[in-house]
Amino acid sequence: MPLDPVDRAIINALQGGFPLTPRPFRDAGAALGLAEDELIARIRRLIDSGRLSRFGPLWNAEKLGGEVCLAALAVPPERFEAVAEQVNAHPEVAHNYERTHALNMWFVVSAEKPERIAGVIAEIEAETGLKVHPMPKLQEFFVGFRVEV
Amino acid sequence: MLDALDRHIVAATQAGLPLVPAPYRAVGEAVGLAEAEVIARLDRLMASGAIRRIGVVPNHYAVGLTANGMSVWDVADAAVAEAGARVGALDFVTHCYERPRHLPLWPYNLFAMVHGRTREEVREKVARVADLIGPAARAHDVLFSTRILKKTGLRIAA
Repeated sequence: MPLDPVDRAIINALQGGFPLTPRPFRDAGAALGLAEDELIARIRRLIDSGRLSRFGPLWNAEKLGGEVCLAALAVPPERFEAVAEQVNAHPEVAHNYERTHALNMWFVVSAEKPERIAGVIAEIEAETGLKVHPMPKLQEFFVGFRVEV
Repeated sequence: MLDALDRHIVAATQAGLPLVPAPYRAVGEAVGLAEAEVIARLDRLMASGAIRRIGVVPNHYAVGLTANGMSVWDVADAAVAEAGARVGALDFVTHCYERPRHLPLWPYNLFAMVHGRTREEVREKVARVADLIGPAARAHDVLFSTRILKKTGLRIAA
């Protein structure tokens, strides 16, 4: 089912800046020409249908005291599934994607204790016999975090 | 740094804000704080960067943005800060970072995640990034994700 124009307007307008006021749905709805209860119902429906993964604050893991590091592996194609299982078995591996490159497996290691990142990487190298290429953030550039739908 | 009450607020809102007319009052009731105190703390956490933003988080695939390209660029170190700032400002770029090169396998130091409805659309957007960076980009590539192997949310203990 396609998004209707009101759904699109909500998604395009509310990817940030949700008001920190006692009646935020009323205040955000006013800017969109929607009543408070209508905006709440629409957001609920977008979540229930899976169009939104969530609604609320997006926390920055690093500022909460944790550490996050992207890392890449060049996995021989015939070992890809087995290595994916070895990597995913670590609870510290939050995301893992197959990508189109010689470096074909890209995963994110996140841990509350920063020194644990190197530990997980060393374990994955020992288990797989493959060199892990850590890609830590050196600099983060501001992004609006908005996508148009 | 977050104090214990902030961490209670993190734990209470990780799954999302309650969909009720007074969501901050509801969060306050869950963690034992007045509504005004919850709002003041969220405001502070926004200002400190602990909260990136508050709002809807689209599921890119479910809203039709099924192509996801990690564009990667080899930009001279002296030019990367300016290029990153300009690329991050594009409305189709959702993440933009400087990361280390791993020579000779990986010459790229600037990463910009580009979303679109098709790979073709992503490639067109990457071409706009290339125009924007100009000759400071010595080489680039786009890595499309072909499969999600694992995806779990952030988990923070209270």
